[in-house]
Amino acid sequence: MHVFRKRNGKGNGNGGPVIRMEGITKVYDTGKVRVEALRGIDLAIGGGEFVAIVGPSGSGKSTLMNLIGCLDTPTGGDYDLLGEPVKGLDRNRLSAVRNRRVGFVFQNFNLLPQISAYENVELPLLFGSVSAKERKRRTEEVLARVGLEDRMEHKPTELSGGQMQRVAIARALAMDPAILLADEPTGNLDSTSGGDIMALFEDLWRQGRTIVVITHDAALSRRASRVVEIRDGRITRDTGARPEGGNAREALPE
Amino acid sequence: MSLRASLRQLSRDLRSQKLRTAFTAFGIVWGTVAVSLLLAFGQGMHAQLVKSSAGLGENIVIAWPSLTSKPFEGLGKGRRIRLDEEDIEMLRARAGGLLGISGEYASTLKLVYGTRTLAVDVSGVSPIFGEMRNLVPAAGGRFVNDLDERDKRRTLFLGDQLAKDLFGSTDPVGKTVQLGGSPFQIVGVLKKKSQDSSYSGRDEGKAFAPASTMRALTGQRYVNNFIFKAETNADTERLKAGVRRILAARHRFDPEDKEALALWDTTEMFRFLDTFMLAFRLFLGIVGSLTLVVGGIGVSNIMNVVVEERTREIGIKMALGARPSSILGQLLLETIFLTAGGGAVGLAISAAICAVFPESFTEFVGRPVLSPLVTATTAGLLGAVAIVAGYFPARDASRLDPVVAMKT
Repeated sequence: MHVFRKRNGKGNGNGGPVIRMEGITKVYDTGKVRVEALRGIDLAIGGGEFVAIVGPSGSGKSTLMNLIGCLDTPTGGDYDLLGEPVKGLDRNRLSAVRNRRVGFVFQNFNLLPQISAYENVELPLLFGSVSAKERKRRTEEVLARVGLEDRMEHKPTELSGGQMQRVAIARALAMDPAILLADEPTGNLDSTSGGDIMALFEDLWRQGRTIVVITHDAALSRRASRVVEIRDGRITRDTGARPEGGNAREALPE
Repeated sequence: MSLRASLRQLSRDLRSQKLRTAFTAFGIVWGTVAVSLLLAFGQGMHAQLVKSSAGLGENIVIAWPSLTSKPFEGLGKGRRIRLDEEDIEMLRARAGGLLGISGEYASTLKLVYGTRTLAVDVSGVSPIFGEMRNLVPAAGGRFVNDLDERDKRRTLFLGDQLAKDLFGSTDPVGKTVQLGGSPFQIVGVLKKKSQDSSYSGRDEGKAFAPASTMRALTGQRYVNNFIFKAETNADTERLKAGVRRILAARHRFDPEDKEALALWDTTEMFRFLDTFMLAFRLFLGIVGSLTLVVGGIGVSNIMNVVVEERTREIGIKMALGARPSSILGQLLLETIFLTAGGGAVGLAISAAICAVFPESFTEFVGRPVLSPLVTATTAGLLGAVAIVAGYFPARDASRLDPVVAMKT
């Protein structure tokens, strides 16, 4: 049982899940090689959940992340994001969905090196055609949220790994998306910076963000409210949704 | 993405690779200079050739009555056809679509001014002759007019070279000379003109008097030749046939007898000149365009490199919500900007070359002009080059898979 928490008047008011996947399959067919990356995923994630998707390399979890983030489309099955079917959207529409609904955080940060932290964070707002005044307000707000208000004019190369990842998180938050989708966000960081980033995610979750993290990092998955394990393209374990405030640490036998 | 944001991105991209941007733009600059200058020279040359040819008169027909070459209605061949002013009057009244007609009564006469004496070819002509033959008076003078013709006034219009030989630097207008023993007043001098064809000497060395005066002075009754012009060039053929028919009926020769009345139709020359020059200009345009196309290929190559370099950046932007169509637009805008910039510089260089083109060369190759036609053609070519050069790399970029692109 989960409760959808309404944030900033956004989200689906009917209390339905943020993510609803039914019978999702993904087949990569190069003509010679046919790889079934996902073999039928049923997954519902409600608003305000903090889900860790774990699994060994090649399990299909990155494919799942690409599908959740609308970077790719499934071969079969149905996927509704905020109650809206993603199926059949063209590439331009998918871009718009990513822009408004999904905030990405990547393992290697994926910041543009030649522009400042501020300009990096502003990018999704530019693609979303947000007015100049509103862009400035939101960019400054999210940079302050991740504690980088005094690093706005720095280029990524002038920042530490942890700071770069915080810029990336600020960028992911800029459009106030329905879900924050992170792929091994602590994978390239030392344990101290990694800890900071984990704390930041937990903080954001406690404020009502829906977070989906793909990770190998047991320390990170322990902070999640729910752990979904994937092997060979199937969900092999799901701790299920926890009531708010609780996390997987209590739910999982260690 | 807003236009302003696009432009900001654009200036950042262009500045980040200044040297490469400069080299790429240079190809376009060079191509633009080539296209616009070749077109400009083509147009200038065309204009110069038309002008020189028009020295004789534009689209006129010159007619010489001669000997019949065919027997007709019981009359033998080899009969001389002679035309007088009555024939000219009849043609003026009856030939359809006639803009103007003038007989020409030519004599070589002694011209005396002060101590100088010259033998000069003088033509007695109607006032319309000046207009048809492009005999434009220099400032302060005039051609033979209707009153001169009606009253058999002894007025004379001089070719510019003749005026110089006779008067040196003195203004001849208003001076009196002795022509064939009679006093004539100079009423005008020919404004210097280019003339590359003639039938009895170039106009610069001739003198022109009213036809009526000349007939009275020399007693010449028959015209040496006459010239006429159709109201519209397209009617010239019909007018020629009409003139032959009227004269043939009156002088009883075969209308098909080309030798009885020899015609030189200069419209044929102008038609040929136009066709030839259009082909020549097209050739120049193609040569220049190819240079521009080579520049365009350079731009396209650079844009391919740019897309390759930016693959990761494009992937990230798409993940963040940049639409494939706006990625395409951005790169296309970049190409168009680069091409437009290079084109503007190229046109400026061409304009400068046209502006400083030495006057002394213009007699041979004409004056190159960056006319609206040349500029518009060049701009059109530039636009086509930019769109073709930019489209394919931009399309490739917009088709990138963000997942794959981000991993590069």
